[in-house]
Amino acid sequence: MATAPKANIVREDLLRVEGVTKIFDGAVKAVDNVSLTVATGEIFALLGGSGCGKSTLLRMLAGFETPTKGRIFLAGEDITDLPPYKRPINMMFQSYALFPHLTVWENIAFGLKRDGMPRDKIAERVEKMLALVQLTKFAQRKPHQLSGGQQQRVALARSLAKRPKLLLLDEPLGALDKKLRETTQLELVNIIEEVGVTCVLVTHDQEEAMTMASRIAVMHEGYFMQVGAPDEVYEMPNSRQVADFIGNVNIFDGVIEEDEADHVTVRSAECMHYVGHGISGHSGMSVGVALRPEKILLSKEKPTGDYNWCAGEVVEMVYFGAHTTYHLKLASGKVIKAQELNNTRDLSYGLTWGDTAYAHWNEHAMVVLTQ
Amino acid sequence: MKTPLKSSLRLSEKHATKSPVTMAVSPKMIKWFSQSWMLVVYVFLYMPIVTLVIFSFNDSQLAAVWSHASLRWYAALMKDNDLISAVLLSLKIAFLSALISVFFGTFTAFALNRYKRFQGRTLLSSMASTPLVMPDVIVGLSLLLMLVSLQHWLGYPERGLFTILLGHALLGTAYATVVVTSRLREMDSKLDEAAMDLGCQPFQVFRLVTLPLLVPALVSAFLLTFTLSFDDVVLSSFLSGPGYSTMPMVIFSRARLGLNPTINAVATVTITVVTIAVLASSFYTSRQERNRKREVAQAYSDMNK
Amino acid sequence: MKNISIRNNISSALRKLIDGRHFVIGVPYFWFLILALVPLLIVLKISLSEMESTEVSSLIEWANGWPTVKLNFASYMFIATDALYYQTYLSSLRYALMTTVICLIIAYPFAYFMARSPKHIQPTLLMLIMLPFWTSFLLRIYAWKTLLVNNGVINNILMSLGLIQDPIAMMNTPFSLMVGMVYSYLPFMILPLYANLSKLDMRYLEAAADLGTSPFKAFWLITVPLSKAGIIAGSMLVFIPAVGEYVIPELLGGSDTLMIGRVLWDEFFSNNDWPMASAVAVVMILLIMLPMAIYNKYQAESKA
Repeated sequence: MATAPKANIVREDLLRVEGVTKIFDGAVKAVDNVSLTVATGEIFALLGGSGCGKSTLLRMLAGFETPTKGRIFLAGEDITDLPPYKRPINMMFQSYALFPHLTVWENIAFGLKRDGMPRDKIAERVEKMLALVQLTKFAQRKPHQLSGGQQQRVALARSLAKRPKLLLLDEPLGALDKKLRETTQLELVNIIEEVGVTCVLVTHDQEEAMTMASRIAVMHEGYFMQVGAPDEVYEMPNSRQVADFIGNVNIFDGVIEEDEADHVTVRSAECMHYVGHGISGHSGMSVGVALRPEKILLSKEKPTGDYNWCAGEVVEMVYFGAHTTYHLKLASGKVIKAQELNNTRDLSYGLTWGDTAYAHWNEHAMVVLTQ
Repeated sequence: MKTPLKSSLRLSEKHATKSPVTMAVSPKMIKWFSQSWMLVVYVFLYMPIVTLVIFSFNDSQLAAVWSHASLRWYAALMKDNDLISAVLLSLKIAFLSALISVFFGTFTAFALNRYKRFQGRTLLSSMASTPLVMPDVIVGLSLLLMLVSLQHWLGYPERGLFTILLGHALLGTAYATVVVTSRLREMDSKLDEAAMDLGCQPFQVFRLVTLPLLVPALVSAFLLTFTLSFDDVVLSSFLSGPGYSTMPMVIFSRARLGLNPTINAVATVTITVVTIAVLASSFYTSRQERNRKREVAQAYSDMNK
Repeated sequence: MKNISIRNNISSALRKLIDGRHFVIGVPYFWFLILALVPLLIVLKISLSEMESTEVSSLIEWANGWPTVKLNFASYMFIATDALYYQTYLSSLRYALMTTVICLIIAYPFAYFMARSPKHIQPTLLMLIMLPFWTSFLLRIYAWKTLLVNNGVINNILMSLGLIQDPIAMMNTPFSLMVGMVYSYLPFMILPLYANLSKLDMRYLEAAADLGTSPFKAFWLITVPLSKAGIIAGSMLVFIPAVGEYVIPELLGGSDTLMIGRVLWDEFFSNNDWPMASAVAVVMILLIMLPMAIYNKYQAESKA
C-alpha cells in the first residue's frame, strides 16, 4: 500500500532510544526498558491498546515526560534532558490542539515566530505550508470555522512549518469519521513523503498502522512484543498475543510430532496440521498453530488427505457485504471462524445454520507459535 | 440475517409484558402546575425589587404608604452628600479590589491547577476557600484583629480605605480563584503542550496562549468581585475607620433605624444600572455564541460542496 | 565539549523553570497566609486571653528570663455555662436548618421544571434567577421591610381587600427572618440543583418508562437519587453562611431572634470584649467545620 518507497530508504539512524523506562508515582511502569532505532525517512508506528505505554513513549520523545531510566538520541545528540521547546521535534496532537484564538495563518506561523525568523521569511514559509495542505483560501479563518478534515491539515502544516527533524503524530486520524479517514490517510502519507520527514506515529487502530507505517512496533504493558514491517507482523506474528491483537485468528493448541527442516506436523485435539516450514522447536513441544480466518476454505464435501482439515457445525453466520464470516463448532467444542469472499451475488455457499461444513487450508496458511 | 428476527421478537414481548400505566394526572395538569410554581418563585424573587422601584416615586414621607407620584426622593438624593461620597468611595474600593482579586485569583488558580503536587497544596487550597465558607462576621473579625496587631507592632496600617480594600480583596480573591479555576480546568492542557512543542518557554506559553484564552473568565471574575465588594457591609463595618463609610454602610445604618425613602431612590438607580449592564452583556455573549455556531455549521457545509 | 554546553543549558533552563514554579506558588501562598490563616490563628490566640482595660493580655509572659504560656479559658467557660450562648447557637442552627429545608422544598421543583423547560428559554430563565444576585443584597433585604411592616404593602393590600381587619405583625418576628433568609439564599439552592438536573440524561427516564415504571415512581427512583450531589451542594451553600448570618436578622429579625452572628457583633462593637467575640467565633468555626467534614467525606467517597 503506502509502504512502496521502503526500499529507497537510506538506512541511517535518526532516532535512537536506549533502554527507556518510565515509572509513574514510583510504582506504575508505563514504559518498560524499550529500545528502538528509527531510520531517516521512515514512518514508524507504535501500535497498542489504551494504557500500553505508547503515548507515554511518544511524550518522552516530545519532551513532555522525562524517562526514569535510559537515554534518547536524535541524530547522535543526547536529547533526554532537553525541554520540549528546545527539541527539533514537532508533534501533531490528538484532536489537533489548534490555538482557538489565532487564525490558520497565525497558528502555522506560531512556531516560526518563536524562532525569531524574519517576517518575510515567515510569510514565505507559511504560504508554502498552506499550499502544501491546500488551505491557502482559509488562511484568515479561525479553527472553529474549519471542518474536521481541514483542522487536521492545519495541525499538520503547523507541525511541519519548523521543518522538524522528527515529526510525532498522536492518533492523527482519531478525530475523523470513518469515511473521511481513508482519504485523509493517503493524503497524510503523501504529504509526509513529499516533505521527506521522519515520523513516529501512535495509534490504536491496526489498519491505520498497517497502511501508513513502514515499520510497526506492537506494544503491550510497556514493552514491544514485536517490531517489523506490517506484512511481517500480520503474517508472521511471534506470539499468541500479537497474533490475537492484529486481526482475527484461530489458534489450535497442539504438540509437535515431527520436526523436520522443511516442515513440522502438529497434533491438536481437532486435527493434524502439516506446516510447510521449519521452526526452532523439538518434537513433543507444546505449541499453538495460528490460522487466519481468511485463509480457510469451506466446503460441503469431505476433503481427501490426512492433514489440515476439520469438520464442524455452522453455529453463526455474519454477513459483512464483501465477505461472510462463518462460526464453526468443531467436535472438540472449539469454535473457529472462517471468512469467505462473497465473489458471486448468490450469497450462500449453500451453507446455513446447523449444516455440517468442512474447513480446509493449505500448508503455508499457518504459523506455529512457540510462545 | 438473524438479528432482525430476534429484535422483532423482543419488541412484541415487551409490548405484551408491559402493564398499562394508569395516568392519574394529565400532562396538561403537570404543565399548569409547573408553570405556576415557577411563576410564584419569580414573583417572590422580584416582588421586593419592584416594590422598591415603585415606592421610589412615592411622594409620601411614609415609605410604605402610597400617596402620589413624584421625584422628590431623587432630588433629595442629589443633595445627599453623605451618600454621594459613600457611593464614590464604594466605587473606588470595588474597582481596586476587583483588580487585586483577579490578579491574585489568577495566581492561585494557576498554582493549584498547573502544579498538581507540591508541599502544602492542600493548605493553599483550603486557605483559598476559607473566605467562601466562613461567615462574613468571622472573616471581618479575624482580619481586623490581625490588622490591629500589625498596627501595634508596625504603627501601620491606619484603618480606612486600605484596610477595607484588603478585606474585599481577600474575599474577592477566593471567588476569582473559583472562576478562573473552572476555566483553566476546561481548557485543553494540550494547547500548552502544543505551544511548548513549537518553541515557547513556560512564561511565553502563559503570555501567548493561556492568558488570551483566559480573558472571558478574567472579565467575569472582575465583574463578580466588583459586585461583591460594592455589596459588602459586614467586612467594611469591621475594617473601616472614622470618615470612611461605604455606600452599603450608610444604607445599613439608615435601614436599621427604619424605613427611609431615599434608600428606595438609591436602589432604583443601582437596579437600573445593573439590569442594563447584565442584559447588555448577556445579549452580547448570546450573539457571540450564535455567530460561532453559525460559523461552525458553515464550515461543514462548505466542505460538502 | 558539546555535551557540556548542553548540560549547562539544561541546568539553567531547569533552574528557571523551578524559579517560575516557586514564584507562581509562592505569591498566592503568601497572600492567603497573611490574610486568611494568620488572622484565624490570631482569633484563636485572642480567644485564650483576657481583656486588660483596652488591651488584650499577652499569652506569653516572661518570668525570670523564661517564657511561660498563660492560657485563659474564661471566655469558653462563659460560653459553656451561660444559657444565652448555648441557646443562641442552637437557635442559629435551627434557623439555618429551616432555611435550608424550605429552600430545598421550593427550589427542587423549580429547578426540575426549569431543566425540563424548552431548551431555548432556559438561558433566560437562568438569567432571571441570577439578575437579583447582581443587585445589592442589602437593598433587597431592606425592600422586605417595606413589604412586611404593619403599615406596609402586604398588610395594606390584605386590609383593602377586606381579608383582615387589623394588620398582622409580621416584621421583627421569626417569620420575617425566615422570609428574608429564604429569599436571600434561594438562588444558591436553585443554581446547583439546576446545574445537576439539566445534565440528567433523559434516556434513564425513558428506560425506566420502557421497563414499566410510572413517571412519579421514576422520579423517586431515578431523578432524586441521581441529583443527590446537587442537593448536598445546594444545602451546604445555604446552611453554612446561614448559620453566621448577621445582616438579615439585624434588619428583619427584631431583637428577640437569637442569631450567633449578632452576638459576635455585639460582643465586639458594643461590649468591646475581644476575647469573648473571638471565642464565639472559634466555636462557630467548629460548628461549621462539622458539616463541611461530612460533605468532604461524602465527596471523597463518591469519587472513589
